[in-house]
Amino acid sequence: MRPSDLLQPRPQGLYCPPGDFFIDPVKPVGRALITHGHADHARAGHGTVMATRETLEIMAIRYGEGFAGSRQEARLGERVAVNGVEVSFHPAGHVLGSAQIRVAQGGRCIVASGDYKRRRDPTCLGFEPIACDVFITEATFGLPVFRHPDDAGEIARLLASLGQFPERTHLVGAYSLGKAQRVIRLLRDAGYAETIYIHGALEKLCAYYESQGIALGPLAPATIDNGGKAAFAGKIVVGPPSAFADRWARRFSDPVSAFASGWMRIRQRAKQRGVELPLILSDHSDWDELVATIADTGASEVWVTHGREEALVRWCEINGIAARPLHLVGYEDEGD
Amino acid sequence: MKLFADLLDRLVLTSSRNAKLKLLADYFASVPDPDRGLALAAITGDLDIPSFKPAMLRALVMERMDPVLFAYSYDYVGDLAETVSLVWPAREGRVLHNADPSLSEAVAALIEAGRANGPSVFAALLDRLDAPSRFALIKLVTGGLRIGVSARRAKQALADFGQIEVAEIEELWHGIAPPYEALFAWLEKRGEKPVPQAQALFRPVMLSNPVQDGDLEKLDPADYRAEWKWDGIRVQATSEGGVHRLYSRTGDDISGAFPDLLEAMDFSGAIDGELLVGVAGQHTGTFSDLQQRLNRKAVSAKMREKFPVFVRCYDLLQDGHDDLRPLPFLERRSRLEAFVARLPAVRFDLSPFVDFSGWEELDDRRRRPPHPVIEGVMLKRRDSAYVPGRPKGPWFKWKRDPHTVDAVLMYAQRGHGKRSSFYSDYTFGVWTGPEEKPELVPVGKAYFGFTDEELRQIDKFVRDNTVERFGPVRSVRAERGHGLVLEVAFEGLNRSTRHKSGVAMRFPRISRLRWDKPAAEADRLETLQALLDG
Repeated sequence: MRPSDLLQPRPQGLYCPPGDFFIDPVKPVGRALITHGHADHARAGHGTVMATRETLEIMAIRYGEGFAGSRQEARLGERVAVNGVEVSFHPAGHVLGSAQIRVAQGGRCIVASGDYKRRRDPTCLGFEPIACDVFITEATFGLPVFRHPDDAGEIARLLASLGQFPERTHLVGAYSLGKAQRVIRLLRDAGYAETIYIHGALEKLCAYYESQGIALGPLAPATIDNGGKAAFAGKIVVGPPSAFADRWARRFSDPVSAFASGWMRIRQRAKQRGVELPLILSDHSDWDELVATIADTGASEVWVTHGREEALVRWCEINGIAARPLHLVGYEDEGD
Repeated sequence: MKLFADLLDRLVLTSSRNAKLKLLADYFASVPDPDRGLALAAITGDLDIPSFKPAMLRALVMERMDPVLFAYSYDYVGDLAETVSLVWPAREGRVLHNADPSLSEAVAALIEAGRANGPSVFAALLDRLDAPSRFALIKLVTGGLRIGVSARRAKQALADFGQIEVAEIEELWHGIAPPYEALFAWLEKRGEKPVPQAQALFRPVMLSNPVQDGDLEKLDPADYRAEWKWDGIRVQATSEGGVHRLYSRTGDDISGAFPDLLEAMDFSGAIDGELLVGVAGQHTGTFSDLQQRLNRKAVSAKMREKFPVFVRCYDLLQDGHDDLRPLPFLERRSRLEAFVARLPAVRFDLSPFVDFSGWEELDDRRRRPPHPVIEGVMLKRRDSAYVPGRPKGPWFKWKRDPHTVDAVLMYAQRGHGKRSSFYSDYTFGVWTGPEEKPELVPVGKAYFGFTDEELRQIDKFVRDNTVERFGPVRSVRAERGHGLVLEVAFEGLNRSTRHKSGVAMRFPRISRLRWDKPAAEADRLETLQALLDG
């Protein structure tokens, strides 16, 4: 059996013919295995969804309890048969509940990474390299220009700016699932104990992270009733990046706009968005992590998906690993 | 190096003037000598460091990585210095804090290396730096930091840091050199004010205030003399002990671009005047012509011939050994008249007085100036001493009314800082092409002139009428039957080969929102072209 008989791209997503399931399908399907809760990977309307408990709960928060016909909880590391195909979920280190999915049959095994990162993240389990024949890797930051600096250094720059401009509100753009909670947790780890104000879009997910034992410290809604414009002077406000271009942001005094994203490595990106304080904090692997992970899995073949496939394929060529881009459609980088 | 790199990164993304000054002043306060002085010199353009060509940079990186991967990276980032700084193969995090070379260490190593060893020393430095610091170092050696901070702004930050007037810095500036340790010692109240060693130094310029409603009623016309306000650039021509210097009004040394004028500066003194294109006493060219000569490092013989420059003299600050600045204006003026009479007549002439007996008469003359290169009148109190800065009272500028044009809003861009949630930068256009099927062509961009309330109104219009979005920019509906007409005021018009319309406005601002005016009735490009020819 060729690997492409076990998993293959279809317009709806990555399909397993013998198991009759999709991984992270972008359209409603009968059976979906979902790596994590970001909207471009986890969509509502499938017949059965198999995912980690956290991912299922996050989907319920985002789409309502009826997001799928039925749910099947995947316990990390446990091998389960789905129509005769052996399936297991393993931590991906991307956001809370995120997993890689290992699919095996007839002595052949493929690991679909979903989105992943390698560095320590206090808000989720760390990535575990899984030995496999074929590794399907994401490539969001699949160019040698993307090398994320140390998280603590980025948070230190935010706190330094707060010290330097104590009269200005520091608005931190961070996507609402994963990034926002990680920024808040990193701030706490850096010793910042004051109330952090959050946009309404973050409330439920922050509460959920708290319920899963990830302490975020004192949070309060960033609403005007909380004391008017002056109340936010010198405070940190976290919200989805789209809100900062919106009229919502006018309630803050002379804001410093910060944005926590791997894209902030590129100056022009920061400039275009009007970001004054770029924070290079990513939920995805950087170039060095991507190539290290390919080596760690020992895969003899690599399929590259969503992102900049060509550079990673080139790297594999140079290093004698068979590689090809997997042209899947419909994935944006919500997580970053 | 890290602190310098951080400073550059913050400055380039910060738009507020005060925030930039704060970032600079904090840097000066927290970084020791000689690094802070070298950083200052890098920003003001006074740092002397070996320069490298982009080809050398590319060659260095090619020795270290796969050319195909480099090509993908460069293609994505678009800027060579930034690409190299990011792909340079040194693992992030592996750079130890104590390995980070200081700015002064890096500069010294490059100077010592010389031409032959330059590239390898440079590469060894890059190996020890993190990505932002690599970017900063590459920018230093490839020339041009482009961080949106002028030398003038940097001097203002120094003044803020030392809590003194910026004029004191300007006066010293050309007599001191990097790393400016004595200057910092003085600013920190640890040392004496440095005594500049050079000759022909800049003297801080005296500026005027605009005439505002009610100002003149309180003044006696008999106390003032008037001159035309010429539309060139204000300069100071200083000559001392055989050293000739031409300074801009902010104290930048612009001598290099005007060798023709410098040759004619065979005098001992300091003249305050207007730099203009043309031949003194005969022909005065437009600001457009003058622009051909500005911001150039070198100037060709052809250029000098086609656009000769001269100085129209306003004031005399130094006459031989005499500092005239404390003297009353009229006394300085008679010294100036005698002084200019001895200078080459094609390069120096006197700014003539405008006689008037009352404000109304002067107002009338201001509105109908006898020459197109006049932009209004200057009022100077007869007894005014020459003092740096912009004191209120002794000197006024009374500009002629701005030109206005009714244009249609075409694009709006999100602002920065306080305005980041507002579409506050507007590109506007006028009609061109056949009358029956006209098209809009952009003629300028403005981001002030309106009130906060008007800003809110335009912002709403932009959001309600967006046609397309390109990142932070939105194009808005601008058709004959539907569009927002803006009355735009501007000071003058230049020919431009860079803009499709062929014109570039000087100092455009929104003067009124014409909600009442149908877009089809906005002005046509011909109206502006007529102004250009006039």
